[in-house]
Amino acid sequence: MKRKTEVSELIFRIVAYVFLIIFAAMCIYPLIYALAAAFSDKTSMDAGSVIILPMVGNKVGATIEAFKVAFMESQFWVNYANTLFMAFVGTIWCLFYTVLGAYALSKKRLMGRHGFNFFLVFTMWFSAGVVATALNYTHTSDIFASFVGKTAQEIDLKWVVIIAMGMNATNLILLRNAFEGVPSEIEEAARIDGATELQVLWNVYIPMSKATIATVALFFGISRWNGYFWAQKVIGDQQSYSWPVQVYIRDYINRFTTLTGEPLSDADADRVNALEYSTTAVVYAMVVLAVVPILVIYPFIQKYFAKGVNMGGVKE
Amino acid sequence: MFKLRYDDFLIYDEATGTYSMSAEQKVRDETERNRWKNTGLTILKDWRLYLMLVPMILVYVLWKYLPMYELLAAFKTGSETNVLDRAWAGLSNFQEIFFGKQEALTAQRFWMAFRNTFILAFYGLLFGFPVPIILALFFNEIRSNIARSILQVCVYLPKFLSIVIVTTLVISLFKGTVIEGNNITQQSGIVSQFLTLIMGKNSDLGAQAQLENGLIYSARYFRAIYIVSDLWEHAGYDSIVFFAAVIAVSPTSYEAASIDGAGKMAQMRYVVIPSILSTVVIMLIMKIGSLLSVGYEKLYLFCKDPTYGNYQAALVVSTLSNYWNSALGIAAEMVNNLIGMILVIGANTIARKASDVSLY
Repeated sequence: MKRKTEVSELIFRIVAYVFLIIFAAMCIYPLIYALAAAFSDKTSMDAGSVIILPMVGNKVGATIEAFKVAFMESQFWVNYANTLFMAFVGTIWCLFYTVLGAYALSKKRLMGRHGFNFFLVFTMWFSAGVVATALNYTHTSDIFASFVGKTAQEIDLKWVVIIAMGMNATNLILLRNAFEGVPSEIEEAARIDGATELQVLWNVYIPMSKATIATVALFFGISRWNGYFWAQKVIGDQQSYSWPVQVYIRDYINRFTTLTGEPLSDADADRVNALEYSTTAVVYAMVVLAVVPILVIYPFIQKYFAKGVNMGGVKE
Repeated sequence: MFKLRYDDFLIYDEATGTYSMSAEQKVRDETERNRWKNTGLTILKDWRLYLMLVPMILVYVLWKYLPMYELLAAFKTGSETNVLDRAWAGLSNFQEIFFGKQEALTAQRFWMAFRNTFILAFYGLLFGFPVPIILALFFNEIRSNIARSILQVCVYLPKFLSIVIVTTLVISLFKGTVIEGNNITQQSGIVSQFLTLIMGKNSDLGAQAQLENGLIYSARYFRAIYIVSDLWEHAGYDSIVFFAAVIAVSPTSYEAASIDGAGKMAQMRYVVIPSILSTVVIMLIMKIGSLLSVGYEKLYLFCKDPTYGNYQAALVVSTLSNYWNSALGIAAEMVNNLIGMILVIGANTIARKASDVSLY
């Protein structure tokens, strides 16, 4: 029996469609603008005629000169490779301790479970703040450097970024909840077959919580790929070869464009004006290039989202 | 509660008039004596579980808890590298940021930043919390899987851009017009132009958009832009959690409700909302937990020093340290974060009392 659609239902559905389409358009527009700007030339960028389509000489058209310039910037690619490396290793490191910790915390028989949970949740409530954290990074990297008999500036500071950043209690709790949802009978069955703790984790829990692990891995990966502030604070100007690409883009923006609202120095302004390409378009080309890896991975993981996050079950 | 009577654990011998320990109590004593031994044995048996916790605890202690030790600097004075070597200064740093004894500007800045933090956090919660829930409810309305996937991809995308890219885009969409002599060297941003078109050139907004600062560097419109950009960045992604909760509602509940004659609104009211309530409460508590740490990254990129036009509205407690020595910065952030903690514990307690759902 097919039920007649009620008027209220119809209205609600129309409102939903309209609202979502407008919101989605809002979300996607700045990206379309960035893409259009990346393919535009200097005349149209200066005249501000780029709206949705790329412009060449104030007419619709496309040029790849901004991409050419971006391809020629060697440091951009060094930093790009850095980001790939940092995101990859950093995500694996974060997943490593998060999966192990979440597994242990999901076990009812773990003694002091409440204490460990509080230890985690407390970090979500109170943080020492930006200044104290920055000081702590300096001090801990000094200590690590002294293990290998060097000073902090002599070691490659990107390792500090990889190891010391990206802690996220929310992700840990998500994963713990997923592990708690695995029926204990399966674990017992595996135990009877003689599986050790690690085998149970690897062969039972991880395959059964695939969706959550994929989601959490994406969250970690994205925070790594997009990390700017702390990477910039910790690595600093001396080790520009260790920068992630986001720091490089910001540095490029500061040096060659007025996008930050700060006027360029006279010498820089003369140099930028003399260029045949628009530095703003180059920035957008870099922005587009920096988004590509995420757009490649994202569709594979998106299908896990709805299954992967179950926040309702968050219990102490 | 029960009261322990003496004959629970003592036996009175009438012949000799003496008391002796009962058999049950002997067993109890034995258990009590072995308790620590047994605990130790259980821990030993599960030593692998505890070993698994070690990397996590190490990371959290080193980079989440050790920074709290640096907070001692708020109560000390001096510039030695090790906080412990510095001389105690009591609450003088706090007095300085609250009342500005030595430099009036310090207190002025602190209160301005404090006010801005609260305003941005409040508006962020007011708009940033309901929108993801509404998005999730609307997504649930869309029956076509393809249409929904496309819309979801669009809505989630902004979250995957780095803060650098987001601020760059926001600035270039809202920037102002720069005129040198008779030439326009920089057109105002697209959204500025669009808003000017709607509001008219002579309105306050239109006039501001024509200035060199543009909307983004005006103290008046910065907050609105900041909130909208935050919404743009996070709302879609935050809706994932709520959407997961909404689709977990069993279809039979809807059917039962509609057989009972519930229209769409009644279904929302009596079926959907109660089922996602626990998720909503948890997310609200989490949101309140991060409330007062409003975007130090983003605001740091939007406004670096007092020469920026939006300084009046964009200075927050966590960016104050750009202007101060670290002891004052740490003191200010400590005040801010303690208030944040009190808020979240309060919210948690209220939630537990009112609805039996709580984060901790």
